[in-house]
Amino acid sequence: MRILLLTIPAVAVAGSLVLALPSGQRWSETEVALVRSLSLAALPASPVDPSNRVADDPRAAELGRAIFFDTRFSGNGKVACATCHLPERQFQDDLPLGQGMGRTDRRTMPLAGMAHAPFLFWDGRKDSLWSQALGPLESTVEHGGDRTLYAHLMKEHYRMDYEAIFGPLPELSDLPRRAGPIADPAAATAWAKLGEENREAVNKVFANIGKAVASYERTILPPETRFDAWFASSKFPEPGILSEDEIAGLRLFVGKAECVNCHNGPLLTDNHFHNTGVPALRDLPEDAGRESGARHVLEDPFNCLGPYSDAAEKDCTELRFMAEPDHDMLRAFKTPSLRGAADRPPYMHAGQIGTLDEVLSHYIAAPAAPAGHSELRPLDLGQRELSQLKAFLQTLDPIPGGEEVDSPAPPSGASAHQVRLRRQRHGPRALDGPRAGLSPGWWAYDHQPTGPGHHCGPLAAHQRRRR
Amino acid sequence: MPYFPTRRAILFGIPVLVLATGVAAGFFSRSVPSDLDLAMSKATASGLYLAALAPVTEPVTVGPMHSWTVSLTDAAGAPIEAASISVDGGMPQHGHGLPTAPAVTRSIGKGQFLIEGMKFNMSGWWVIDLSIDSAAGADTVTFNLML
Ligand SMILES: [Cu+2]
Repeated sequence: MRILLLTIPAVAVAGSLVLALPSGQRWSETEVALVRSLSLAALPASPVDPSNRVADDPRAAELGRAIFFDTRFSGNGKVACATCHLPERQFQDDLPLGQGMGRTDRRTMPLAGMAHAPFLFWDGRKDSLWSQALGPLESTVEHGGDRTLYAHLMKEHYRMDYEAIFGPLPELSDLPRRAGPIADPAAATAWAKLGEENREAVNKVFANIGKAVASYERTILPPETRFDAWFASSKFPEPGILSEDEIAGLRLFVGKAECVNCHNGPLLTDNHFHNTGVPALRDLPEDAGRESGARHVLEDPFNCLGPYSDAAEKDCTELRFMAEPDHDMLRAFKTPSLRGAADRPPYMHAGQIGTLDEVLSHYIAAPAAPAGHSELRPLDLGQRELSQLKAFLQTLDPIPGGEEVDSPAPPSGASAHQVRLRRQRHGPRALDGPRAGLSPGWWAYDHQPTGPGHHCGPLAAHQRRRR
Repeated sequence: MPYFPTRRAILFGIPVLVLATGVAAGFFSRSVPSDLDLAMSKATASGLYLAALAPVTEPVTVGPMHSWTVSLTDAAGAPIEAASISVDGGMPQHGHGLPTAPAVTRSIGKGQFLIEGMKFNMSGWWVIDLSIDSAAGADTVTFNLML
């Protein structure tokens, strides 16, 4: 067995109180603090977003919610944000690859607590919720619309709501229905012909749509889990709401299995990007992950430093001090929150791994990365420990019935165009849906271990090195 | 920095429970030196400067971005008013660098400089390396931090 234990300075141990409990388990004061750091009790209010001046305007949240569920905001009139971000399913879709007007190349992310993330998408190519919301609107395979379409739609359906928040909409009557800097050649040509002033005016409306949607998304918070209820209970840290096995799993999570290195804080994510050797899908284009995401966010006119941001330069610290795009970021993807993760297979940035058991097996085996370098090291965990770890992860699911499910309540009679909350809860869709079109053996799973070493800690030789 | 022992215990207290038997000193070591120098004020490697590092707001926690100051004097204790300072660092045990690219953004006078954009995304042993260059010459210094 590999030794994962570290030096324990005598002074540190002596300095922490130890709670001796009837169960015989011992919890130091500092362990209690670590467990607290993972609980909802440690989640601060959503950080302010200086780049979005309406971030906390309830009128903007209401408008954003209406747009979020409005299928008219798409190229075919059938796709809304809620098509993939289903409120009754943790605002995700249970599919390996998101399905809008076409199939995307990535797994739909859940939305709870996303206001805490400095970078959005699996590759962090956006640096605010509002800027993130603009991406899918223009993606051919998601909403499949374009900027003038959305500006026209705002004027036609939400004019009063919009103008109360953002001021007068520009004159749009001379502008084509479909124009935008997108893949569609007709729309792109029309956009190029608009003239700078019109493009600016439309961009501003487009950004404001994102800001309203972001304002709504800021209200989507992680629901209480059994883990949180246990931490808040008088029994803590004794078994009660959590069983002994679940608590043992927690100890593995913060201890031997070292999950907490990356899955830390109350959202159980470090909001950073890691290459964990997740297999590449043969039928998808190469995905460079953070290496390309970091480049894109710097170039994005809708970033914190751009002309559509409400932030002063000094407020854009995440972008100004972002690590430069670098080869060591190749195939690094954002650490997802583990809140609710047990209940939303499949896993990883393209749904490559079908079940929680397989995810744990992946971390045990620590396969080599298809490109770049995996930060994982093989783990020595027995079957019982694995089942305890899994049991703990399941305590991070929302308490059944306690989850607040949003429903569309549009301000301007748009109910006929709202996404119906159509999908019932269901398990992983192993091989139907978008994945069905992929060839057999569509994911290359390489069990080659990469040598002994530290688990969540990357290779000294290859990972983004101390320079 | 009274929070160091506490935070150190957060990280290192866990294996005690895994072992279940011993609350005693002297376990295995992967690579945190037992005599890790946690001083936040020290001479630079070649002795050209005395450098002191301090967070602008305490406590320093995992997650948020924060600013630090570095105070610089020459070996005789006279403040260095103009210097070019670059910041690097990482987690020696994990082999990775800092999650951000912090930088000295300005001098705040009397030999003090502001470092912005520092972030720690994990608990554990971090190092912060400063490369300092001024009329007095080029030198480096490494600070250790337990979070
Ligand atoms: Cu690390």
